[in-house]
Amino acid sequence: MQGTHTQAAGMGGMRAAGDLVARMQMTRGMRLTEAKQYVADKLGVSAFDLSDPAVMSDVRNEYGFGRIHSYAISHPAQANFIEAKFNISRVLDVPINCVDRFKERARFETAPGTS
Amino acid sequence: MGDGTMARLTRSELRADIEEGTALAAKRAKVPALEPDEIEHVLDIYASAARFTAVDLGEEAILSCDGTGMKTHATRQQDMQSFEQWMGADLVELCVGDYSLKVVRTILPYEAQYLHDAQLQMVVPMQYGVMTNLGLYSRPDGPFKNWNELLPLGRIAEAREAEEEAVEMAVDDMVKLADVMWEAGADGLDWDTTGASGDPEFLAALKATEIVRKKYPTMGVELGMAGEFVLGMHGQLEYDGVRLAGLWPLEQMRLVQKAGATMFGPVVNINTGKSCAWNMARALTLIKPCMAEATIPIHPNVGMGVGGVPMFVHPVVDAASRAAKAFIEILKVDGL
Repeated sequence: MQGTHTQAAGMGGMRAAGDLVARMQMTRGMRLTEAKQYVADKLGVSAFDLSDPAVMSDVRNEYGFGRIHSYAISHPAQANFIEAKFNISRVLDVPINCVDRFKERARFETAPGTS
Repeated sequence: MGDGTMARLTRSELRADIEEGTALAAKRAKVPALEPDEIEHVLDIYASAARFTAVDLGEEAILSCDGTGMKTHATRQQDMQSFEQWMGADLVELCVGDYSLKVVRTILPYEAQYLHDAQLQMVVPMQYGVMTNLGLYSRPDGPFKNWNELLPLGRIAEAREAEEEAVEMAVDDMVKLADVMWEAGADGLDWDTTGASGDPEFLAALKATEIVRKKYPTMGVELGMAGEFVLGMHGQLEYDGVRLAGLWPLEQMRLVQKAGATMFGPVVNINTGKSCAWNMARALTLIKPCMAEATIPIHPNVGMGVGGVPMFVHPVVDAASRAAKAFIEILKVDGL
């Protein structure tokens, strides 16, 4: 089911920018058009680009948002997982609960504007 | 067909099905039928002989993928990673196979630990999903009298009292779940199949959502329904002065928004004896009124047996992809 809907209608998650738009829907309750435009403006791309893996792979690399890796393509020196979510929170200016918890539990000093 | 079997229909037969589906839905829910251009659009989607269909480039929507972390093919963590890395999921959901609130309540610390650890290894947003399943709060599974046994006996007042007690306990459990999951680092919650036990269950989800929104302003709350119509198992329950029994998607959405949810998942159940085109026309008609009024994202359910997708465990890809295309192109939904 998931595979069918992804192929037919999905933004592709972290293959492109679906996870970023989803965050704006979940956290801010933004409708789709507004959420896409918000993310596009923050990243300096068009709303159309957000579903394009070729464009978004470079954009995710530039901002440290995490990318899908495989045997052939790995990015050990780049941000991924919780590291990537620090960058997503800062660039999109959206709070991410587990990032805030991480900072609190790792006893980071709260840096203004980091989440 | 709605049961997943293959059917061959002519274009005119399909048109008749679509016209009948929208007309019946409009009459039942007292909403407008689909416009002629919308009927034509549904017809084009369902008359295609292609094995698969899709939305136009740039028209993609968000997929709020419930049940992705359910130990389907590996550990729950690995399942969620598979959905993130291979399946293009825009968000994932941790849950247990039983999915019932009352069951989860007993293992909450373990679930919270799992979510905490999983969040360190994921990029996409992660929500925790349960269904309220208020029936489990009645005997023999729960502490309260069984309203499903009392109602046929005509003991209406007793049944209603039991339902009201169950609502209070369920709300308490939902808020406890939210407290623990927020502390563990969850991005959001999914109250799924809401209203399966009728108006008391819908009330519990609305009340819990209101409390969660006040306590945790940035926590996502997706409220998905169990059916298109709220069953009046109590009949007199109200939220914000609105009687819950008998509400259709538009009225449901107004209350869900008011309670503070960040996503609404309307449901229209499948009639297995009718064609997918008939079912899709009905689903579009019932959900369409939500789109103009919504201030939060609308994600119609398109899983097995709902939203034009057949009631069959291995969904036929042409039917599922036609449903996705129809919802996005005709209603401009925010996700699925």
